[in-house]
Amino acid sequence: MSENSLIKASDLGRVFDVSKPWLNRVLEGSEKQFLTAADKVHFDIPKGKTFALVGESGSGKSTIGKMVVGLLNPTSGNVTVDGEDLFNPKDKKAQLALRRRIQMIFQSPYASLNPRWRVKNIIAEPIKAFNLLEGKAIQTRASELLEQVGLAATDGEKYPHEFSGGQRQRIAIARALASNPEFIVCDEPTSALDVSVQSQVLNLMKDLQKDLGLTYLFISHDLSVVRFMADQIGVLYLGRLVEIADRDKLFEAPQHPYTRMLIDAAPRVDAFGRTADAVVGEIPDPINMPSGCSFHPRCPLANDRCKTEPPSLIKLDRAEVSCHAVEENRNN
Amino acid sequence: MSEEIVLTVEDLIVEFPTRKGILRPVDRVNFNIKKGEILGVVGESGAGKSMCGSAIVGLIDRPGRITGGEIRLQNERIDNISHERMRKIRGRRIGMVFQDPLTSLNPLMTVGEQIMETIRVHLKISEAEARQRAIAALEEVGIPAASSRVDAYPHQFSGGMRQRVVIALALAAEPELIIADEPTTALDVSVQAQIMALLKKLCHERGTAVMLITHDMGVIAETTDRVAVLYAGRLAEIGPTKDVLSNPSHPYTIGLMASTPSPTGSTERLSQIPGSMPNLRAIPQGCAFNQRCTKAISACFKHLPILEPVDKTDVACWLYDEAYKDEAAEQSKTQLKEGA
Ligand SMILES: Nc1ncnc2c1ncn2[C@@H]1O[C@H](COP(=O)(O)OP(=O)(O)OP(=O)(O)O)[C@@H](O)[C@H]1O
Ligand SMILES: Nc1ncnc2c1ncn2[C@@H]1O[C@H](COP(=O)(O)OP(=O)(O)OP(=O)(O)O)[C@@H](O)[C@H]1O
Ligand code: SF4
Ligand code: SF4
Ligand SMILES: [Mg+2]
Ligand SMILES: [Mg+2]
Repeated sequence: MSENSLIKASDLGRVFDVSKPWLNRVLEGSEKQFLTAADKVHFDIPKGKTFALVGESGSGKSTIGKMVVGLLNPTSGNVTVDGEDLFNPKDKKAQLALRRRIQMIFQSPYASLNPRWRVKNIIAEPIKAFNLLEGKAIQTRASELLEQVGLAATDGEKYPHEFSGGQRQRIAIARALASNPEFIVCDEPTSALDVSVQSQVLNLMKDLQKDLGLTYLFISHDLSVVRFMADQIGVLYLGRLVEIADRDKLFEAPQHPYTRMLIDAAPRVDAFGRTADAVVGEIPDPINMPSGCSFHPRCPLANDRCKTEPPSLIKLDRAEVSCHAVEENRNN
Repeated sequence: MSEEIVLTVEDLIVEFPTRKGILRPVDRVNFNIKKGEILGVVGESGAGKSMCGSAIVGLIDRPGRITGGEIRLQNERIDNISHERMRKIRGRRIGMVFQDPLTSLNPLMTVGEQIMETIRVHLKISEAEARQRAIAALEEVGIPAASSRVDAYPHQFSGGMRQRVVIALALAAEPELIIADEPTTALDVSVQAQIMALLKKLCHERGTAVMLITHDMGVIAETTDRVAVLYAGRLAEIGPTKDVLSNPSHPYTIGLMASTPSPTGSTERLSQIPGSMPNLRAIPQGCAFNQRCTKAISACFKHLPILEPVDKTDVACWLYDEAYKDEAAEQSKTQLKEGA
């Protein structure tokens, strides 16, 4: 893909041990159990662009997000930032330097803001942690950041509970910006907000991206939000990328049966009285994943091959899709 | 559609006395729901949607209470009746579906036992017959292998299947009204689509009136016949869903629709409403939306607007009042100049 990619995830995988305690296993004669939350995930994010991960609950979005910022170790594969390996840095100094360049914003601004700290200290914390500024310059910078996210410098004196949900998310964004990062992972940053406030925060994130040249990994289950934010989109199902495509391509000509189902099932503000086509079934148990293509029990195009042989990603024009029907040209 | 009105809510006021004064999460709300009609109630978090639902079924937390207005079920007042009588109405004449299916299910009873219990309160039939009806009810909501699943406990079902069970339970006594409060908010989109289709089909078939509470405009568009937009405890606009959503008149509804990302809208910029909904302690005098409204005129800061018909919807906004027409026109002219 492009030369100037900032973030590169290759063959990224994460398996969780979800076994019962040893004694239970012995008594019940049960085996160890593993859950594959992410499997062979790969993507490139060019500098200044937004790559979005979309998928239903449990599809592995947060797991991948956490690995990409280095909060969670992968069981396989790796992540590079500007060519440097996130998990095997040259030395401590290189690791710290890398960490400064990447930040994360979470869904719940409550959880990520210490309730007992004044907002100015919450924002200043990364500045101090990375030794970026000293003395009075720290507070000046905190005030500047508050204004950059649309709050007042005087808001720094207040505590998180004195703000509305949308304002708290602005504070979380200011804090994420404090270390002058180049890359921010945004995990459902507006899912807890009302639409009128969500639009403020999404616009702000887009403006900041333009002004500061930020690169985003944007995680959401909401296709309309993803469409607004992303340049490129990866669709996840049970830990696997089933389709990666440029935004317009994904919405205009989705290829994978699951992508089509997701787009079709999403409620639309302009579809009065519509009843979405019945989708069969629910997401299966991730511990006992279906054989072959994990979507086959729900897929209208499944055939015998789908039940045994897992498909792998094939390259198309502006897209990659993992589906036998697409490969066999029978998905239309 | 039949014009028979099942539920009438008239000038409803709910208040919570607190040490710092009286809070009013529901303030003079008016609406009705006809037989076989789905009324959507939409609004931001804290707008008072759930409180309206709780008021109807007499489940407002203490010390809150209804301090004004009337609620009638088939012309019979239910806002001032005893707890005992209300308990009989709940479940029998009014079914409920909440966001978390587990709040409506007893974890210690099989789903079959729970449905049978509800059916037998309502119909004098034998146990065997009730069991057959319970199985039929589960089949109707799309539970596979219903005749064996009827003996399973709630925890043995997935989230989507549990919500189906709750719908079966809510419909078991053949209620006149169903109140569904964010029934699919906790579910995945693919399952949400299934549940909404189910609710829509069953209620239209049986002529059940439905009050569907949600903050999702897409769900409103696809599922409801009419919609009520709540803001800070008050009705901003109410009318046929298509008219309210595609041709809104209240500045808040207009802002809400414009700021909702859509599958076909701009990817450059979303329209936004400045600020956020005031909390109950800080509702301004006059129109509750006046701090955020770009169209506000002098009356908006003094007097509470009341619902009046505008086009095909009912709207609570001074802009459409004869007395202020000139000021409103003047105001939009200056805005155009400033914008230029
Ligand atoms: N620490 C953990 N231990 C065991 N299993 C885990 C752990 N973290 C996540 N999982 C499992 O991994 C899978 C992916 O979870 P993840 O949180 O990444 O999903 P998600 O796409 O972010 O979902 P959501 O939309 O609900 O946030 C799920 O099945 C989840 O239960
Ligand atoms: N027990 C209570 N005591 C005092 N105030 C309450 C109580 N329960 C709710 N409120 C307040 O009443 C208002 C309306 O709440 P309600 O739960 O009806 O909102 P909602 O529209 O359902 O919001 P959401 O979308 O978040 O469910 C809110 O301001 C809320 O803080
Ligand atoms: S590989 Fe087969 S089962 Fe999987 S999505 Fe494609 S057609 Fe469906
Ligand atoms: S009454 Fe006034 S403030 Fe309220 S919505 Fe109408 S114009 Fe805006
Ligand atoms: Mg997540
Ligand atoms: Mg509610």
